[in-house]
Amino acid sequence: MSAKLYLYPGWLRLWHFSNAILCLILIVTGLSMQYTTQGDSMISFQLAVSLHNICGVIFVFNYVIYFIGNMVTTNGKFYWRNWGGFFKQAITQSRYYLYGNFKGESCPFQVNEEVKFNPLQKIAYVAIMYVMVPLVMLSGIAMLYPDIIIPELNGISGMFLTDLAHIISGFVISIFLLIHIYFCTFGTSATSNFKSIVSGYHD
Amino acid sequence: MSINKVNNGLKIFSIIVGINLVLILSYSFSHSNEPVQEEKEEMVRHEENTNCFKCHGENKYTMYNADSSSTITKLMPRELFIDTLEFYDGTHKTFKCSDCHSDEYNSVPHNPELRFDPMPGCIDCHGGDPEYEEYKFEQIDEQFQNSVHSKAHTDNFACWDCHDAHSYKSTARADNGIKDMVAYNNAMCLKCHANTINYMLLSDEENPDLIAKHEWLPNQTQHFKKVRCIECHTSVSDSVLVAHEVMPKDKAIKGCTECHSKNTRLNHTLYKFKAAERRDKNGFFNGAILEESFVIGANRNIYLNYGSIAIFILVLGGILIHAILRIIIKKKKNHVG
Repeated sequence: MSAKLYLYPGWLRLWHFSNAILCLILIVTGLSMQYTTQGDSMISFQLAVSLHNICGVIFVFNYVIYFIGNMVTTNGKFYWRNWGGFFKQAITQSRYYLYGNFKGESCPFQVNEEVKFNPLQKIAYVAIMYVMVPLVMLSGIAMLYPDIIIPELNGISGMFLTDLAHIISGFVISIFLLIHIYFCTFGTSATSNFKSIVSGYHD
Repeated sequence: MSINKVNNGLKIFSIIVGINLVLILSYSFSHSNEPVQEEKEEMVRHEENTNCFKCHGENKYTMYNADSSSTITKLMPRELFIDTLEFYDGTHKTFKCSDCHSDEYNSVPHNPELRFDPMPGCIDCHGGDPEYEEYKFEQIDEQFQNSVHSKAHTDNFACWDCHDAHSYKSTARADNGIKDMVAYNNAMCLKCHANTINYMLLSDEENPDLIAKHEWLPNQTQHFKKVRCIECHTSVSDSVLVAHEVMPKDKAIKGCTECHSKNTRLNHTLYKFKAAERRDKNGFFNGAILEESFVIGANRNIYLNYGSIAIFILVLGGILIHAILRIIIKKKKNHVG
């Protein structure tokens, strides 16, 4: 029986849980606003706007906690260290997901105290948490205070460009969420990773 | 050798600079003629109304009393002041004052009785005139008669209470952009609804605080800048370009999805003219709006819609196939084991 690793400290689990709830509300209300219809909407436009705004603001504060947490604790190292030989490692990990896993091979990158993420997880988390999330937040803040948006850029409405950035980054995050949930089933059992993010201990 | 090269380079540079100078000067010269011509035209128009504008075009006026040989200077009341620049920029710039006002105004001081003369409304000149048929003045008049403005106020309330006859210009068909049209149109409403004295002239009720009344409206400033009051306060009309049937306040539109939806009301109001000119643009629903703004819910792109659905299905399908294969292989292994 292998020893359990304490990889998810309390603050991170709390952040992760609230972030997940907020993301779900933001996706549902965002879709509701974008595809609203007259009369028979699942959520009223006004409620969707209010919920989206409130959750968006909490989401930003939550991100600040995550960002500072990653700076002052050891959690940040999992994102930024060990990038040497990334492409080769990413190919090895991809091969495992597409082939090796079906052949009963074990994951080429085992979780330990120094490496929490495999190369594909690492690139995905960095892209989402340090590119897409800031983009969705900045464009969201701009739309919450539309007066700060430049009226036009090269003849295109600034509001339109901001909204486009918000919708596209929001969509990418939604797709990430699906993939993230599925890949969490790749643990010692299909549910072990879900249990880990609740208990804090990696199996 | 190198000096020759430098000299040649300088020559080419001088020629290029010279050509540019000639082009700039000829452009400036050809364009410098335009204002002179415009000024000439304006001068001709000016002279026809000079007498009136001597007093009504100035902030103050001077009167001479022959009996006492004395002069007095008074401030011109704001409601009698005509901004000559706006007048000559307006739709009725070619008019003589006497086209609408009595000739008797030529005598000074004016006879106070003249104030009781009925003023012609839009329909009096434009009604039944085939030249102005596209503007549908008869239908506009009909809508106005049904509006709360006509019903709640006296018979004296007429076109000119909103549209200043001296500076009126059509903005709905102009290509100045929606922002300018919104500002121009809303200024008409605010002339009374944001001005206690003007409001008092028409109603004994207290002038409601517009900001407080619209507190429920999210992003109030943006809405006030981007759409006209009449978007929500008039009933949609397909017959005329600008709806004139102002509804009572309790019937004003308050539902967000009236505008923020694929079948946006804005296409039948603010963007009616542009929407008719340009239907969907680059796959965007309600593309005309995109030229000026972005309305959540109204502006959707069909390609982005299909693209996002395709990506979503591909990702979900990929996950499902992968998951099913994992389950099948695991079961097989367990079976063999």
